[in-house]
Amino acid sequence: MWSYTQTVHDHFLQPHNAGPLKDANAVGEVGSLACGDALKLYLKISVQGVIEKTGFETFGCASAIASSSVLTEMIKGMTVDEALKLTNKDIAAALGGLPKEKMHCSVMGQEALEAAIRQWKGESPVPQAHEEGKLVCKCFGVTDAQIIRTIRENSLKSLEEVTNYTKAGGACGDCLNKIAEILATELKQKPLAELKPRPRMTNVQRMQQILKTIDEEIRPQLAVDGGDIELVDVDDRRVVVSLRGRCAQCRSSDVTIRNLVERLLREHVEPDLTVEEA
Amino acid sequence: MKTVYLDNNATTAVDPEVLDAMLPYLRDLYGNPSSMHTFGGQVGDAVETARARLAALLGASPKEIIFTSCGSESDNTAVWSALRTQPEKRHLITTRVEHPAVLNVAQYWEQQGYSVTYLSVDAKGRLDLDEYARALTDDTALVSIMFANNEVGNIYPIQCMAETAKERGVLFHTDAVQAVGKMPIDLSHLPVDMLSLSGHKIHAPKGIGALYVRKGVRFRPFLRGGHQELGRRAGTENVPCIAGIGMAAKLAGEHIQDERVYVAQLRDKLENGIIARVPDCMVNGDPENRLPNTSNIAFKNVEGEAILLMLDQLGICASSGSACTSGSLEPSHVLRSIGVPFNYAHGSVRLSLSHYTTEEEVDYVIEHLPGVIETLRAISPFKD
Repeated sequence: MWSYTQTVHDHFLQPHNAGPLKDANAVGEVGSLACGDALKLYLKISVQGVIEKTGFETFGCASAIASSSVLTEMIKGMTVDEALKLTNKDIAAALGGLPKEKMHCSVMGQEALEAAIRQWKGESPVPQAHEEGKLVCKCFGVTDAQIIRTIRENSLKSLEEVTNYTKAGGACGDCLNKIAEILATELKQKPLAELKPRPRMTNVQRMQQILKTIDEEIRPQLAVDGGDIELVDVDDRRVVVSLRGRCAQCRSSDVTIRNLVERLLREHVEPDLTVEEA
Repeated sequence: MKTVYLDNNATTAVDPEVLDAMLPYLRDLYGNPSSMHTFGGQVGDAVETARARLAALLGASPKEIIFTSCGSESDNTAVWSALRTQPEKRHLITTRVEHPAVLNVAQYWEQQGYSVTYLSVDAKGRLDLDEYARALTDDTALVSIMFANNEVGNIYPIQCMAETAKERGVLFHTDAVQAVGKMPIDLSHLPVDMLSLSGHKIHAPKGIGALYVRKGVRFRPFLRGGHQELGRRAGTENVPCIAGIGMAAKLAGEHIQDERVYVAQLRDKLENGIIARVPDCMVNGDPENRLPNTSNIAFKNVEGEAILLMLDQLGICASSGSACTSGSLEPSHVLRSIGVPFNYAHGSVRLSLSHYTTEEEVDYVIEHLPGVIETLRAISPFKD
């Protein structure tokens, strides 16, 4: 029998927020029957971006159900931006830890949360596994992007750990060599990344870089559809913009802000910027 | 809280009479059975009494019984001996549904350059006898096929398969760990060359097993050292446990009808009671030809470990072939070989009874298990 903490036992036997949420406006689904565990996370997010209500349905073991339950408690009352900062380590820590072989349950929670918020933002609700990166583990549908991210976020050092956290390589094992290559590359890169942390920008540098990105990257793309954009304000990592021209009347302006403006500003300026429409 | 123990294919309770048979050899009679003095000699007599009792259960001669530490050692020894006595032959036949004590050994020898045929099974876990006959070649050193499957309980046609092997001059070993004590086995009429068994599956303690080696079959020891067990297995005998397995064998012979009638009836009542109360479940394996004590039921859209832990809260002990119980990431190789659909395989539960199981316990499980499945299905995202 697995050695579960009392918190895992409690959340498993008396899960919080279990069941679908009828008025959910964000749903994130990850996993599958074939994989042996799946999570459907329901969120009711206010117009201000606050997670007001949560619900979940989980197919899986005790740690999968407990991870889902504790996650729904943790994110209640958070803004989506705060929730997006949650990692699988936070979920596992809230449970008092999980057996190493079960860490993938906490990763599933993190991925379901991200999928739900992506859907709320108008982005594709398809889980990251199928959206980014190249498929590495065919058995469990795990991409290289997922593996790299999990290695970095959890400081993984061995193949066994990668499998425990992502399930990749846990079935036929055909992809183990590929995973080993990814891990080797990551382990070599990590010290370099630590030695050269990304320099923080001053306010002036940030503003200049934002303006440059708007002029060179964003405005030309909006112009194709007859639209334009103006920078309204920059307050620390918060960027306020106003869409102009045909983009101003567009019904999916929110999608434009998230998928184009915020993505490009994060890519070219700083990864933790948030963009709002004035 | 009451404990309802339905995991007898994992291990069994030590019978009180077995414990009584062992205690003298843990207290006063501590002599070494190999010693020349009387004090050791009487301990040696206990070993021979146990050997005779085990031989009687199997219809064998006492000289054909070698005591080992467990079923796995017996399986390893059988394969080792077959390959070492026939170095010119480089082929093995086994099945995809064997216990790891055979399957992993076969894979090891495969890595050493041997070729191995893994016989497949159909949707009920049954072997294809034509495929088996075709697999036998002049290069085949050993066939090793389990007598009965530990997970789904299927009984394999050992008589027929052993006869076919014998006609082709191929050694035949069977892992009978789950079958011994649950069904009659008469080696005087069953042409197997080697047979493995384990004490803790028949109400003896853990840490004792035996290997039957038919008289005349060439043999090489797996463990080398002293001259114990007529030089076929070195190491000072585990006398208390040997006395225990001897008594367990005697009792198993007396209870064999119980197993076939009383235990089978209880198992059927349990299984039918669950199936009648829980929609969308199925029995894995071959219900027409299986051990009398074993039921493997798969519940759609729920996960086995979660079922087991909820049952555990109710005092019910069972097993699962689900991935999450094993640390593996896939359901059991047996369920995958049978081709149980994923939405059922992950939710499989093995309930294995013994003659200690009572009707009241069966009623208790029938009453409580449906609620566990209902609770888990209510929070499962898969509803179809």
